[in-house]
Amino acid sequence: MDEEALGARGLVVGYRGHEVIDGLDLALMRGRITAIIGANGCGKSTLLWALSRLLPSEGTVVLDGRDTATLSTREIARRLSVLPQGPSAPEGLTVADLVARGRYPHQKWLRQWSEADEAAVREALERTNMTAFAGRPIDELSGGQRQKAWIAMALAQRTDTVLLDEPTTYLDIGHQAEVLDLLVELNVSAGRTIVLVLHDLNQAARYADRVIAMERGRIAADGTPDEVITAETLRAVFGVEAHVVADPHSGAPLVIPASVPPAVRRAAQPTS
Amino acid sequence: MPSRGSATTAVSGLVALAIAVGVVAMLSIGVGSRFIPPDSVLSALFSPGGGFYDNVIWELRIPRTVAGLVIGAALGLSGAVMQGLTRNPIADPGILGVHAGAAFGVVVAIYVFGLLDFRAHVGFAFAGAALVSAAVWLVGSRGRDGATPVKLALAGAAISAFIGSATSLVLYADSTAFDEFRFWSVGSLAGAKADLLLAAAPFLAGGALLAFGVIRGLNALSMGADVARSLGQRVRLVRGAAALAVVLLSGTAVAAVGPIGFVGLTVPHVARALAGPDHRRVLPYSALLGPLVLLGADIVGRVVAIPSEVQVGAITAAVGAPVFIWFVRRRTVREL
Ligand SMILES: Nc1ncnc2c1ncn2[C@@H]1O[C@H](COP(=O)(O)OP(=O)(O)OP(=O)(O)O)[C@@H](O)[C@H]1O
Ligand SMILES: [Mg+2]
Repeated sequence: MDEEALGARGLVVGYRGHEVIDGLDLALMRGRITAIIGANGCGKSTLLWALSRLLPSEGTVVLDGRDTATLSTREIARRLSVLPQGPSAPEGLTVADLVARGRYPHQKWLRQWSEADEAAVREALERTNMTAFAGRPIDELSGGQRQKAWIAMALAQRTDTVLLDEPTTYLDIGHQAEVLDLLVELNVSAGRTIVLVLHDLNQAARYADRVIAMERGRIAADGTPDEVITAETLRAVFGVEAHVVADPHSGAPLVIPASVPPAVRRAAQPTS
Repeated sequence: MPSRGSATTAVSGLVALAIAVGVVAMLSIGVGSRFIPPDSVLSALFSPGGGFYDNVIWELRIPRTVAGLVIGAALGLSGAVMQGLTRNPIADPGILGVHAGAAFGVVVAIYVFGLLDFRAHVGFAFAGAALVSAAVWLVGSRGRDGATPVKLALAGAAISAFIGSATSLVLYADSTAFDEFRFWSVGSLAGAKADLLLAAAPFLAGGALLAFGVIRGLNALSMGADVARSLGQRVRLVRGAAALAVVLLSGTAVAAVGPIGFVGLTVPHVARALAGPDHRRVLPYSALLGPLVLLGADIVGRVVAIPSEVQVGAITAAVGAPVFIWFVRRRTVREL
């Protein structure tokens, strides 16, 4: 059962000489949801990029048991899709056209558009509840609708492994739950391996099988939500004081920041 | 095609444009600074005898019209590919150094080799365009992420400026070269002859094939190099092929008829305004709008100053610049 879908051995990634990630080992198991958490700038996106082969790196990235150095860009794109943080589409591009581009890795130069492509696009639009927006230009959508259109594009790619960089940013609480439920649904019904960067620790705790906390390009903690989301790890990784209690609804760890709220602070101020 | 409705609209738009191009082509055969009665035009076309009008039609007007069609298509296509490659709505092939290179080639032909025949200029112009754009490409694609739009634009601006000042230096030093060059430097369809067009055909056909071959790559690139790669596109290959298409199309155009501004810049904007940002539509639309604009401008140039003619390059600049400004002010310049 426990088979590696995506992994890294001795991964070194950097920009212009300075290494952001310096020797990282990781094995992500098939059919699991893994959340990556960590402070801004700690290297989460860099790791996702290197794992999806969008950034050149030293060391080995293994996808479906094969060294990605031996796979073509197109073969990688058929096995792994990635939703970047804040992608941009040309003005006037419709949702349907964007989602259809998720089919590129499956299309040959001559055989352009097939039944399978049509079905994948329709399904991606339905799953993300974007069918009604199919004909609308992306730039005329709200931030949340836009985000879902991009998720639909990644879904249309129909890959076994899906990487998402902050898929819930820009979404209201209802749509955040909708997107995360959708990912769980893909994971459960289609057995997809899902890796996502999240800033909301409570979401990570609730939706992920495994949480990886990063700190300055290293893995600082790795394990189940219960193991990783603890007051000690939060202090070490984010430098914040927090209480961690059990969520009464799901039993997952729930983070309550211990910073002093303004009302309390004001009350404590001496009157001059 | 995911959205069938818009695909149908796109096709009917193309048919309408094709008809318009046909009409302009007929006008271009029928209208000139020398008046030829319509019945003589028709008899020259369908039962040529070898009379004076027949010769004017077959030796001058038809080659000129064909040149307007193919060069117009080449300028429109190369502009669309250039803007897609650089994700820059105000890019034109000049960024790759094509025009600076062609001008330098012509100056070298005149000044260094003393060649005054314009046929010799064609070869030198093409060689100059190809060499300078190759240099721009080499400089602009150094480094890990390859030929990014910004690096290309900087390399192109720097090298074009350098080549341009070398060209000026020669022109100011040598008054024969200046006179000859002045004649070349405003593009004109008037000198187009059948043999010249035949020589240009393979380059233009190769460029057009490449352009249509990179449609999917350009679409993917329009969402950024990272997304393109994540969709399985080989970004370096796409960029290289697109740049080669631009050089073949616009290098051949500038070599064959001289520099013609604003067609490559403006036509893709009209195409996007009509058909949206998808290159499956932008490229064919541009390939039809190009000849429409170029032949239209050429016909205007033939009749505004009868009995003499105004070169088409002067007309496109005079008309293209205000049209482009109007577009910018209407804010229909779409971000890519
Ligand atoms: N293109 C780049 N060139 C140079 N340095 C970069 C580049 N992208 C990121 N970095 C640096 O690499 C480090 C890690 O960045 P990364 O984007 O991976 O962080 P992150 O964990 O995703 O942060 P965030 O939560 O803000 O998205 C940062 O110090 C950043 O400044
Ligand atoms: Mg990030």
